[in-house]
Amino acid sequence: MNAITVENLTRKFGDVTAVDGISFFVPQGELFGLLGPNGAGKTTTINMLATLLRPTSGRAEVGGFDVLKSRDDVRKNIGIVFQETALDGKLTGRENLEFHAMMYGLPKEERKRRIDDVLDLVELADKAKTLVEKYSGGMKRRLEIGRGLIQHPKVLFLDEPTLGLDAQTRRRIWDYVRRLNRDRKVTIILTTHYMEEADFLCDRIAIMDHGKFVALDTPARLKDILGGDVISLEIEGDTDVLDKAFTSLDGVKKYVRRGEVVNLTVEKGERRIPEIVTLAQQNGIAVACVHLRKPSLEDVFLHFTGHTIREQEAGIVERNRGMMTRRRRRS
Amino acid sequence: MIINGTAIYVLWLREMKRYVRATSRIIGSLLQPLFFLVFLGLGFRKMPVPGLTAGMDYVRFLVPGILGMTLLFSSAMQGLSVLWDREFGFLKEIMVAPVSRTSIVLGRIAGGTTTTMIQGLLMLALSFVVGFRIHGFLLFLWALVFMILIAFTFIGLGLIFASRMKDMQGFGLIINFIIFPLFFLSGALYPLENLPPWIRILSYADPLTFGVDGLRGTLIGVSSHPLLLDFLLLSGFAVVMVMLGAYFFEKSESV
Repeated sequence: MNAITVENLTRKFGDVTAVDGISFFVPQGELFGLLGPNGAGKTTTINMLATLLRPTSGRAEVGGFDVLKSRDDVRKNIGIVFQETALDGKLTGRENLEFHAMMYGLPKEERKRRIDDVLDLVELADKAKTLVEKYSGGMKRRLEIGRGLIQHPKVLFLDEPTLGLDAQTRRRIWDYVRRLNRDRKVTIILTTHYMEEADFLCDRIAIMDHGKFVALDTPARLKDILGGDVISLEIEGDTDVLDKAFTSLDGVKKYVRRGEVVNLTVEKGERRIPEIVTLAQQNGIAVACVHLRKPSLEDVFLHFTGHTIREQEAGIVERNRGMMTRRRRRS
Repeated sequence: MIINGTAIYVLWLREMKRYVRATSRIIGSLLQPLFFLVFLGLGFRKMPVPGLTAGMDYVRFLVPGILGMTLLFSSAMQGLSVLWDREFGFLKEIMVAPVSRTSIVLGRIAGGTTTTMIQGLLMLALSFVVGFRIHGFLLFLWALVFMILIAFTFIGLGLIFASRMKDMQGFGLIINFIIFPLFFLSGALYPLENLPPWIRILSYADPLTFGVDGLRGTLIGVSSHPLLLDFLLLSGFAVVMVMLGAYFFEKSESV
């Protein structure tokens, strides 16, 4: 059975189409990633699946329940960690969890058992009696992840779970997410704009841009689309001779030379380096430097959208800034 | 529409915990009405206020009005506190839970009414310090009923505005252009008979007018309208405001 089925899901805010007719499904137990820049529509998608926003058109089922017709059934079966903190700072860690457990109607003993369980899992048992406003960013995140698990959800939504956290905390959160998915068999939908996060965690990734999916596959296969590794050589000598030699070499999928830098796209790049260097030397060319680059999701993103995630985000920032100056001028 | 007792209880409990932990807020929100009471009371003490029953002390007239003010501000804030929850993200945590919207509204009203009543009773206790005495114990029980109805009415009003607003930007506008006029129009500070007739019409559209009059009737034994009329009109306002507040809250999207 699929944990999630989405057909033609669309959400408009006024004239802006935030999510534009996406369709996909997520089998039970999968760790599914939505990758894209800020403003791509990831959070809007999650909010619709979590019944917090009504779709403009299209339909979606979560845990076998329609997100519009059976909102309460969907709510019972999901857990969600929002992009921005959603804790009550004036309550302690345990009180926040207690509030949650009672809202989900768990009986008293069960509440205590499960709260102790998740506090252990996210290693916050010793901070349970501290007011949440005194927590660090990483502790808040961990508490929220723990909270999302109290009701034993079938599907857990994590919206940018490591945004703004330091590298060490991020690693730790990745560990929790993996353990949840493997040991507790929770289906997880995760949004991120960190390439390495999607690559490290997800079984499958949907690349999202301007409210649409531009690609959906396993990280490995997405990278395969690019045709393999890139070997870069810095050379000195007669480059025309080299061009001829390299273009006739077996297994070279793409050959680009910019001045004295040569890029070759090949499979299993690490095994081809000796052969390529020897070939250069045979043609009287000195190789100053060799660099091997495995394709990253960044390359994949660039391939499908024609821009990098960072360029895209810079563009949005620029546009917002433009709007703000205009607004300021008007007032 | 299912009413979920546990959810109402835990929403109420959260409100109580937040309330007792915010000592500065409790004191702060009592200071404003206390200043009104002390300085207006002292300043106008010796002045004949037209429209007051013969022999009526101004401070005695003022206390129920200031009590109404305390209840108005406290309950409107409670209704508007949805905005804080939205600002700090906690509203999403509430809205994504498998709990009917009606239960959430009821939980808020329960919490808001309790804290408003505590604020009101604290204010009343303070007025005892400046020499105020109630008219009779049985009537005082009726005063409690009026206090609860005032709380319901303005929590409902706060909810209406909080549900229509996406952020805190309009907050000052609401306080200055809705809450303060409601306070001044209610006759809390002076007998309404002194207002020009066209403004007095506005006063009769203000639920607090009947709240304050009811509080006067029950606390000092003097009111402009029969107590039953005050009670019925204020109850009507309370029902309508709570239902409208619940309606707009249920319709609003939480993100």
